[in-house]
Amino acid sequence: MKEQTPLSRAHGMGAAHSGVQHFWVQRLTAVALIPLVIWFLVSLVGHVVGDYDSARAFLSQPLAAALLLLLIGAGFYHMKLGVQVVIEDYIHTESTKIALLILNTFFAVALGLISALAVLKLFIAG
Amino acid sequence: MVETSPAPRERPLSPHLQIYRWTIPMALSILHRITGMALAAGTLLFAWWLVAVALGAQAFAQVHAVIVSWPGMLVMVGFTFALIFHFLNGIRHLVWDVGLGFEVRTARLSGWLVLGLAVILTGVTWYLACPLAGGAP
Repeated sequence: MKEQTPLSRAHGMGAAHSGVQHFWVQRLTAVALIPLVIWFLVSLVGHVVGDYDSARAFLSQPLAAALLLLLIGAGFYHMKLGVQVVIEDYIHTESTKIALLILNTFFAVALGLISALAVLKLFIAG
Repeated sequence: MVETSPAPRERPLSPHLQIYRWTIPMALSILHRITGMALAAGTLLFAWWLVAVALGAQAFAQVHAVIVSWPGMLVMVGFTFALIFHFLNGIRHLVWDVGLGFEVRTARLSGWLVLGLAVILTGVTWYLACPLAGGAP
């Protein structure tokens, strides 16, 4: 065992040994989402709102596909972390809480993957 | 009541939502959570729309019909407001994270600013989007 005081072992990590990871990634994804959300809103207003052909044309651009993938990655991760905090804050029955936390992760991963696949298919199909 | 001994005594509670006087920072803190949850629900529509475009014109026509319907438009306007508000108030939170803007006056001012801007930008977005929305209101 290392010669360490309990304080220095816990420093920066906290009792659960993952420390401020959750807090940090929530902020990291938030910062990433600032330009991505601006781009997304401006693009939707500018190109896509109307018909199938323009939506398809928009989504087959390489830049749009890349930015959308980034938006999906950062967005669904941010969502997973945010909803997790809400569940932890308001659900006090342990079993219900754990079930909801699992569902939350499944929801974020599944919907994020489905969205990313749709973007990839459109980009590859052109 | 007190005579039957094990009856639990009413203990004082810490103040909670119904006790506090409402202030703008508090209201927006709650609204940030609500809009966050609304956006999470809205990702279903986002994913549906993307998948529909990937599947083809017929699937797209189905989502499009839902989106431009009366309740669909209401959801879309709500979603736009939720996104813009959560975006702006999120930036407000990031500013707090670097340690700025904590004075009560500043926090109130930034709160009203964020709320006002969110309403205005939602309006601007829909003003710009409507002529393109293919005959939607």
